[in-house]
Amino acid sequence: MKKLIVAAAALALTAGMGLAQTVRMGTEGAYPPYNFVNDSGEIDGFERELGDELCKRAGLDCTWVKNDWDSIIPNLVSSNYDTILAAMSINDERKAVIAFTQNYLPPAPSSYVALSEDADLEGGVIAAQTATVQSAYIAETGAALIEFANIDEVLAAVRNGEADAAFGDKEVVRPYVDEGEDLIFVGEDVGLDEGIGIGVRQSDTELRETLDAAIGEMKADGSLNEMIKKWFGEDAQIHE
Amino acid sequence: MFAQCADPASLEGFAWLMCYLTSGKHMLFYASFGTVLLLLAVTAPVALLFGFWGAMASRSRLLPLRLFGTVYTSMVRGIPDIIFFLFVPIALDQGLEWLRHKALCDSDAPVRQGSDFVVCAAAKLPLSTSPQWVHEAYGFALAVVAFAIVFGAFAANVLYGAMQAVPRAQLETAEAYGMNRRQVTRRVLIPQMWTYAIPGLSNLWMILIKATPLLFLLGVEDIVYWARELGGAKSSAFSYPHPDWRLYYFLAILAFYLLMTWGSERVIARLTRRLSAGQATMAGEALRKGAA
Repeated sequence: MKKLIVAAAALALTAGMGLAQTVRMGTEGAYPPYNFVNDSGEIDGFERELGDELCKRAGLDCTWVKNDWDSIIPNLVSSNYDTILAAMSINDERKAVIAFTQNYLPPAPSSYVALSEDADLEGGVIAAQTATVQSAYIAETGAALIEFANIDEVLAAVRNGEADAAFGDKEVVRPYVDEGEDLIFVGEDVGLDEGIGIGVRQSDTELRETLDAAIGEMKADGSLNEMIKKWFGEDAQIHE
Repeated sequence: MFAQCADPASLEGFAWLMCYLTSGKHMLFYASFGTVLLLLAVTAPVALLFGFWGAMASRSRLLPLRLFGTVYTSMVRGIPDIIFFLFVPIALDQGLEWLRHKALCDSDAPVRQGSDFVVCAAAKLPLSTSPQWVHEAYGFALAVVAFAIVFGAFAANVLYGAMQAVPRAQLETAEAYGMNRRQVTRRVLIPQMWTYAIPGLSNLWMILIKATPLLFLLGVEDIVYWARELGGAKSSAFSYPHPDWRLYYFLAILAFYLLMTWGSERVIARLTRRLSAGQATMAGEALRKGAA
């Protein structure tokens, strides 16, 4: 009897796996090292590797879709694609519109970058990417906020003097600071979010649970931490 | 692309540049010029057709048709293009999916669930299982429809004006030969109107060329998208790191558009000359005197 139940359960599981559905994974493709379009024109980055691994574990058939950041949530809820893996911080404002899986990246700091040490962070002009937790934070401070469509334009605004400083995800701006000769980190880092999760439609509970389980599994066996270290360096914040 | 490009970090100067300019991403950039040309090649005739039927409807003796023609031209012309470009593809996409949902899905689940727009898997357009190029072609087709509706309305107005401008005496002559209304339209009015329509239509063509970067707004990866993407500063996460080069990329696009409009102007000038021949207009008269 027991054997029969196990066999039936196994059969049910594999049958479910056999019906691999195509999941369209939405991402921005302009936020290295999280996600970017590499020189062969393909989507690459931490989230590409993570997404592919999650799909493999969950037995899903996945394809990748690029979408501009400012319309990434509207196009998810209108079903142009099924998930958002685009370094999207989990916060209450977004939770009102879409659902999130558990975080795959722990809360990460955001940092100011500027051309000089004495940039005015309190009362100056600060550039940030539009509709991000960073731009929402700057809007709350006394500084004047100017928003740009992608992170590249945010940093270009600092370089050409349009903004006194830029405020962005530390891991994203770090390469610009490390490799460029002009930009430096200034001021204190700020913690803003509950970590980064996969965004799915609120009505799509099944997909959320599937991905949630796969993330949990990757957290438990340590493979997620390894992937984080691979893309963000040894000092990156990992899951406890 | 080439064997020597396998390790870009070891390259310098000209060799680096050659490998850089032939990377997969650049190939997509070059291909996107084709996307723009394809959009022009498809949209222009479709918009002209929309315009033609719009103008014919506005002239119709049937009140509903005439109303439709007038409402179409005045509504589209009175609403900012950008709003139409944003509205038409979404409305069309969701409208089609809703119809398919009604026809193909078993479930009675509502299409709108909270903020979500959800149809069953079979009603998706295109299907989630379709390859990426189908999704891209679908997005492109929606863009063509949006462009055609907007530019069709303008063309309808131009053609309507051109039809009104054909000298009444010519139509009267045709009637005197015993042609009925349809024959007059087909044999005299339509062939004769082009000379009056060409200045307006050529304007529209120029505006259409310059409106193609709006494709970018519709999520189609056109030359503006790739120029911005390629031009942005690249860190060492990429094989070809470089500083902010957007200026050069935008300069290349600028040259492309100037070349397009310059070429168009020459073609239009020739077309105008040909259509003026034998016409009872000042241009036609000048041609006649020049030949004599």
